[in-house]
Amino acid sequence: MKKWLEPLASAWVGVVTHKLRSSLTILGIVIGVAAVIALMSIGRGAEASIISSIETLGSDLVFIRPGATSYGGVTGAAGSAASLTLEDAAAISEQVPYIASVAPFYATQLQIVVGAQNMRASVRGITPEYQQAYKLEMTGGAFISEHDYQRGARVAVLGSNVKETLFEGVDPLGQQVRMGSNVVRIIGVLESKGESMISPDDVIFIPLTTLQQMVAQPRTSSGERVVSVITLTVSEQEHASYVVDEITSLLRSRHQLGPGVDDDFNVTSMEEISTMLSETIGTMTLLLGAIAAISLLVGGIGVMNIMLVSVLERTREIGIRKALGARERDIWIQFLIEASFLTLAGGIIGVIVGWLVSYFVNNMGLMTTVVSADIVVLAVSVSVGIGLFFGFYPAWNASRLNPIEALRSE
Amino acid sequence: MGKRELTVLRGISLNIEKGELVAIMGPSGSGKTTILNLVGCLDTPTAGNYYLEGREVSRLSSGELAQVRGQKVGFVFQTFNLLPRLSALANVDLGLRYSGGGDSRRAMEALDRVGLSDRANHRPTELSGGEQQRVAIARALAKNPPLILADEPTGNLDSRAGEEIISILTSLHSEQGITLVIVTHDANIAHRCQRIIHFKDGQVVAEEKI
Repeated sequence: MKKWLEPLASAWVGVVTHKLRSSLTILGIVIGVAAVIALMSIGRGAEASIISSIETLGSDLVFIRPGATSYGGVTGAAGSAASLTLEDAAAISEQVPYIASVAPFYATQLQIVVGAQNMRASVRGITPEYQQAYKLEMTGGAFISEHDYQRGARVAVLGSNVKETLFEGVDPLGQQVRMGSNVVRIIGVLESKGESMISPDDVIFIPLTTLQQMVAQPRTSSGERVVSVITLTVSEQEHASYVVDEITSLLRSRHQLGPGVDDDFNVTSMEEISTMLSETIGTMTLLLGAIAAISLLVGGIGVMNIMLVSVLERTREIGIRKALGARERDIWIQFLIEASFLTLAGGIIGVIVGWLVSYFVNNMGLMTTVVSADIVVLAVSVSVGIGLFFGFYPAWNASRLNPIEALRSE
Repeated sequence: MGKRELTVLRGISLNIEKGELVAIMGPSGSGKTTILNLVGCLDTPTAGNYYLEGREVSRLSSGELAQVRGQKVGFVFQTFNLLPRLSALANVDLGLRYSGGGDSRRAMEALDRVGLSDRANHRPTELSGGEQQRVAIARALAKNPPLILADEPTGNLDSRAGEEIISILTSLHSEQGITLVIVTHDANIAHRCQRIIHFKDGQVVAEEKI
């Protein structure tokens, strides 16, 4: 047998001859590693699913919202100020580089009537760029075109939930809908985007020019037409923060804000939101992992306990080995390998168990889970490290035994 | 370690020649086992010197002593001291491991030498006392040491098995020229050696040449 294999072989014999004890010892490690793997995979899965849902909305989105109104020290809700205008949007489109599309819109609530159905719906007056900016797909019909926008056509596109409420089981295309005191024709229905803060599912879209005819769109003191939000997409993701800075300085100069005056608007890129969210979830994941790691530590103490017992029980064996010429180092290495062998086995089994748990959690649809290689490698190497750490003292104890006394023990 | 120091041996001057067959006799507590532990490098004297093959070993570190044990000394114990979980062959192989590496071919040869090659894969519990002691001899012998120390090798055996063990040991001496030191109570065994050293109260009280 190869010389370096011998300690491994005798560690194997040591582990196998005490099957029950060995398996109980590694149980703690198995549970610890499995908990780390399962919890981390759930955390990573949550992160991945949030990032992917943001990506379906478009990670290249940048939102510009109005700031808060402030009258005599009373500050209103964010977005309540009427500071953004259609002219701001046009200026951004012309002057800021790396912008793919600019989609300002004006949001309001209007009473909608279809036959006997009556609902108060959120209505957005938009420009044709809106479809591109929000990556909207149609389930039927067409989106609002440049032509519709230019002539203020009385047409509307429905979000999927609105379509379900107003036209359950009926094809809405070409139908007439009363919107406030006007009538619009349905020309398209959007695909659902799922629930999110900017989901289009509950909204009816009409051209902004049409909305201006229906409701009195507010104007600023300089006569510019106020919009609720300006959404835009950047053409090159890596320039997102540059674009945000450019927009901020452009809008500050357009709104004539002097130095030291707060912005009366708020620029947020989707990238920032997604970074913030994934950082938050990352912290949560780390916290979960840390809690699971405590059970790993407890398992390690169990290993130490058993190794101490094992050394005590095998005192005579240690004496025999020493009489045969084993040095302290040989004994020390033997027990250290035995301990890390146990925890390595525990780690591998724990990875399999944790993997299965996260697989079932995923398959039963409870949560999306992602088992990533780095966590697996980390968990296994940490468990071997625990074996080395907690095996150190028992192994050292064993190596220090006096051969004569050890041989005399029963 | 909180234990009272006890002087077991005092004023001993003992010389064992290479290739000699020596018996050590004496009542319990006379220091026989202690002298054997010193000779076998399991222990070092608190005072005095011990030369093994001309080398002063009484001041060696525990690691160096272990190396000397591994290379130079084979032990045969009264209670055999085989590892119960290992086969006869693996037990013999263990003796080789700490003296340059395991070698199952050499281990097998050693088992053959004591006539147990057919029981190589039996565990100690499946062997008789005499067979276990033969495995222990094979273990001591496998690494081909210049010195074999036997501490009451027949103490736990019936007279027939004991006789077998003694003839194996004496043949090792006569055929291979191994230096052999046997601690024994049995005068018959002692008289098959070349020299008997009598111990009493930690001192050599008599020596007889056979």
